[in-house]
Amino acid sequence: MKELICINCPLGCHLSVDDNDLANIKVTGNTCPRGVTYATSEVTAPKRMVTSSVPVKGGKVARVSVKTSEPIPKEKIFDCLKVIKKVKAVAPVAIGDVLVANVCGTDVNVIATSQAAKL
Amino acid sequence: MKHCDLVIVGGGPAGLAAATAAYDAGIRKLVILEREETLGGILNQCIHNGFGLHTFKEELTGPEYAARFEQLVYQRGIDYKLGSTVINVSHDKTVTYVSEKEGLQKISAKAIILTCGCRERPRGGINIAGARAAGIFSAGTAQKLVNIQGLMPGKEVVILGSGDIGLIMARRMTFEGAKVKAVVELMPYSSGLNRNIVQCLNDYDIPLKFSHTVVDIKSTNGRVSSVVIAQVNDKLQPMMETAEEITCDTLLLSVGLIPENELAGYAGVQISPITNGAVVDDQMMTSVEGIFECGNVLHVHDLVDYVSEESSHAGKCAAKYVLEGVKTKEFVPTVGTNGVRYVVPQKIRKDGNYEQISLRMRVANAFKKVEIAVLLDGEKIVSRRKQIVTPGEMETIVLKPELVEKVKKGSKLEVTLNVGGDK
Repeated sequence: MKELICINCPLGCHLSVDDNDLANIKVTGNTCPRGVTYATSEVTAPKRMVTSSVPVKGGKVARVSVKTSEPIPKEKIFDCLKVIKKVKAVAPVAIGDVLVANVCGTDVNVIATSQAAKL
Repeated sequence: MKHCDLVIVGGGPAGLAAATAAYDAGIRKLVILEREETLGGILNQCIHNGFGLHTFKEELTGPEYAARFEQLVYQRGIDYKLGSTVINVSHDKTVTYVSEKEGLQKISAKAIILTCGCRERPRGGINIAGARAAGIFSAGTAQKLVNIQGLMPGKEVVILGSGDIGLIMARRMTFEGAKVKAVVELMPYSSGLNRNIVQCLNDYDIPLKFSHTVVDIKSTNGRVSSVVIAQVNDKLQPMMETAEEITCDTLLLSVGLIPENELAGYAGVQISPITNGAVVDDQMMTSVEGIFECGNVLHVHDLVDYVSEESSHAGKCAAKYVLEGVKTKEFVPTVGTNGVRYVVPQKIRKDGNYEQISLRMRVANAFKKVEIAVLLDGEKIVSRRKQIVTPGEMETIVLKPELVEKVKKGSKLEVTLNVGGDK
């Protein structure tokens, strides 16, 4: 059994999830069907977007912000952050530029979300 | 002195949307004045995602959302000045600004839109006792230090206030290697989104202490060394017997936003004591003819999408005012009652010609199973049922054109809550 708070709306239903049998997950405490969808994905394959910022060399700004282009498995968040911490971008950087390809074997890239013109 | 049709004070999301809409409505002589060195305002430091779901049907980060609106401004060739701080707006619509490049300048405008946003409530605004030590930051300041400058404010952190900025910063500090020991919230509920409580706190086992506050700050060698927190009673007074000390070197404050209305005040604009923003009519025009206000300087929004929408409307209306003038003297006032804390706009023109009106409001308390009803002189003209309303979520009711025609003939519009379930 797992206890979750549904994130779909401000109601924040407290969900109880019976995940003993992953092929037959039972959710109680939900007010609407979105609770079931949320709880199922949370107990089977929870994913999160990771956002951060990295330093830029030779840019008009000191840093650019970055994100994973897709949500990545929750347990890989800190491995991903370790990789991001080592990144030093070089100006010019455009929004969408790939700064890390296939981060931690997730098939997801880390991309720039802000731009840095050359100094 | 220079002359301009429209001056927009602030190049954040509200200013960008207002400028674009005014240009599209036919205004060519307009300028955006921005005090920072970049457009985009606070979005530049909001590097987390979740912006733009309504506007673009996808989840963007703050800088990406800003970039899309900046693009609209660039494409139109709208004039903007960076590093330019407006220091006065007068009743006769003269805008005074200073910049390193131009020195002191004045522009006389036919219309002005104030899109100055908010600033954070500081420690002095909530009177926390204790040491005046280094290590106390507002959450937004810490966000700027970490995200824009790459500087870490501290290693062991307590956060007071569970609004969205506080929650987002709890995760951000954790990502950068800090230990967030607790988020402390005075109220028995959070004004932040559930999604942020789950994904910023629960994901990283950060405790959220409701009905608690910081009662003392201790320091060693001029730096925060611990904070003392205590539970509060139902009158929100701390119960000292529950006090507990948490070792930390940093305290972040996420305790509310205050609309920056000094300029509005200089111009003689009437300010609402509830929103701390201007009193506006359905065009977003303030009590001073030709001065408009929109975005967070008008009232604090939860979503930037709503800021963009409101500001586009203000831009369009300001353009109409410049091109056609205004003759309105008669209004229908709007009021919130029975749990509706405020309604924006506060008045609707009796002689206006418009498509529809969005009434935006906040409730004073959390209620389940409610009806939000709009009454015209006591008679219900439209309503919406909600599973839940909370002070943290702005509600909107749109009045369709046929209803607007009805409202124009009335004398008072009331928005009220009919509570059918439990509080």
